[in-house]
Amino acid sequence: MIRFILRRTGSLFLLLVAVSFITFTLFQFGPADPASAACGQECTPERVQEARVALGMDQPFLVQYVDYMRGLISSRMIGAPGAESLCQWPCLGKSFQTNENVSDIIARSLPYTFSMAIGALVLWTLSGVGLGLLAALRKGSPTDKFIVGAASVGVSLPIPVTGLFLLLVFVNQFHLLPFTTNEINSPFGPQGPWAWVLNYLLPWIALAVLFSASYIRVTRTNMIETFGEDFIRTARAKGLAPRTVTFKHGVRAGITPVVTMLGMDIGLLLGGAVLTEQIFSVPGLGFTAVRAAISGDLPVTMAITMLAAFFVIVANVVVDLAYAAIDPRVRLQ
Amino acid sequence: MTQPSQTTTPGPRAAGSAAAGTATGAFLEVRNLSVKFPTDDGVVSAVNGMDFTLERGQTLGIVGESGSGKSVTSQALMGLLKGTSAQVTGQALFQGKDLVTLPEAGMRQLRGRNIGMIFQDPLSALHPFYTVGHQIAEAYLVHNKASKKQARAAAVDMLGRVGIPSPDMRFDEYPHHFSGGMRQRAMIAMALICEPELLIADEPTTALDVTVQAQILDLMSELQQETNSALILITHDLGVVAEVCDDVLVMYGGQCVESGPVDGIFYDTRHPYTLGLLKSMPTLTTKSGRLNPIPGQPPSLLALPHGCIFSARCEYAALAGDGVCESQRPQFTTEDGHGSRCHLSSEQILTIRNSR
Repeated sequence: MIRFILRRTGSLFLLLVAVSFITFTLFQFGPADPASAACGQECTPERVQEARVALGMDQPFLVQYVDYMRGLISSRMIGAPGAESLCQWPCLGKSFQTNENVSDIIARSLPYTFSMAIGALVLWTLSGVGLGLLAALRKGSPTDKFIVGAASVGVSLPIPVTGLFLLLVFVNQFHLLPFTTNEINSPFGPQGPWAWVLNYLLPWIALAVLFSASYIRVTRTNMIETFGEDFIRTARAKGLAPRTVTFKHGVRAGITPVVTMLGMDIGLLLGGAVLTEQIFSVPGLGFTAVRAAISGDLPVTMAITMLAAFFVIVANVVVDLAYAAIDPRVRLQ
Repeated sequence: MTQPSQTTTPGPRAAGSAAAGTATGAFLEVRNLSVKFPTDDGVVSAVNGMDFTLERGQTLGIVGESGSGKSVTSQALMGLLKGTSAQVTGQALFQGKDLVTLPEAGMRQLRGRNIGMIFQDPLSALHPFYTVGHQIAEAYLVHNKASKKQARAAAVDMLGRVGIPSPDMRFDEYPHHFSGGMRQRAMIAMALICEPELLIADEPTTALDVTVQAQILDLMSELQQETNSALILITHDLGVVAEVCDDVLVMYGGQCVESGPVDGIFYDTRHPYTLGLLKSMPTLTTKSGRLNPIPGQPPSLLALPHGCIFSARCEYAALAGDGVCESQRPQFTTEDGHGSRCHLSSEQILTIRNSR
């Protein structure tokens, strides 16, 4: 168990180094020109050069990368010679655009992304697994056919469609919900948890429609397969109540693929739901990442990419641990 | 353990069951049991009019090829087909209760407590995520008001009785820690923990190697004698049948083609199919290295022949004359408690038997 965690932590570091290097390289050879962007509209070549030095972009590529990585281990000085400022550990650099500490930008964006991810996650897991299970239990019935049909529709609706539709109906037409505001990013804020729920309800639904559709399909397929297993027949032959057979013997055995999916999706979503954040104007990680990428803000892009990779990897480890907890045949080593 | 309401004394209770269509008061009486599965390709007639009776302390062997309806019969008796698309008709009177019409809730009370079942392939029949002991204790807890501690004690005791060494330690192990034979012992412990009066064993030794097979059969016979329960042993292994059964029922195409006492089946065989089965058994004295299979395939259960179900594969169908085997379904005729479903006269059968 401890060996497992140590080994996975080791590979986590290696992966993060690889991800950071690839992002850095891509940026280097991409079309972005952060120096002219930072310098402004009317800019002499001399000013651009000054900006380039201030951003550290006059250095060779590898030196820049090593400098950047050093900041992850200790604090470092950033800026043009003579105008340097201290970047506290863990230093993710300073935004090329605003000269803000990237860690501050991340810290500001994260609560929005978390708020969106958590609610959507709960909503789609409950509806996806619940409806999938119901469809499996009523296999072949009109209920099953309706659920499967709805899932097929749901999985083919992209976020821009559902998101804009929800906004149009609930906000524009019937004024049932407020438009998403940036002032609320936690259920523990001054407006209270209810305002938080209402504020994020539409993005949650938009994400849940998309995700639960595939959860319904996976849950249904796996549960139908599991209910056909011999050990389910054994459980019935013992005289167990249908509820015990379904949940204790059936769901526990059939749910593992859903756990895998869940792990991957949480990881991906925490890295920022780009489209959803754009449509509902939620300034989360995805929103910030898109703006940073467009304006050539390397440190911000780097930080968010690495954070997203970090979430995906951690989610994977959690999935493996969950597997071992569910299935005694899985041994971690 | 036995509760007053479940005693098998005939008499007052037999009067009650007479209304349901029987006056014999047999422990288990199956009458005209049929099971059909509607599918996209048509109706699969898996079991077509089974009749048999069974008393406590007796062992009935049900023999047949794969797809002859052995397992479906047992699942119909257990009520495991309730809630599926299967259409079960006929009667199966168990201590006066008709298992065919009994609603699921009532059936659930009987399952495990009054009727236990042992399945083929214990690896897939045991839940991989729960310890063996937990699964056995669970079976005990469904039907007994007991604490978890008591259930554990009962399960450990039962594991010991089925011959699992250091049962208290093995209680907490998972099925994948057990060997094949041990798993089947655990399966038996689970089926017997509530001491059911009727035990159905569906090919209990098929997935096991031969030495373990004998141990498991001995164990089942032993426990059956201890509790004076009735046993239905479903198998395709005639050697197993000869060893443990009192009565034998040979199934073909969802029908009983021959039934009777075990000696009668083996030494006074009355159906060509049974003869074929016996002939196909390898013996140590057979000189040629080849097996003697019954030629042909079992009939499609989607469209059973109009005549005798076995006629297409029967080498003696011509003997009956007039193509009667192909055109008419033979009646099941019984003589001295030994019956068969064949158009051939007993003299013809005798001649066939003696000519081999």
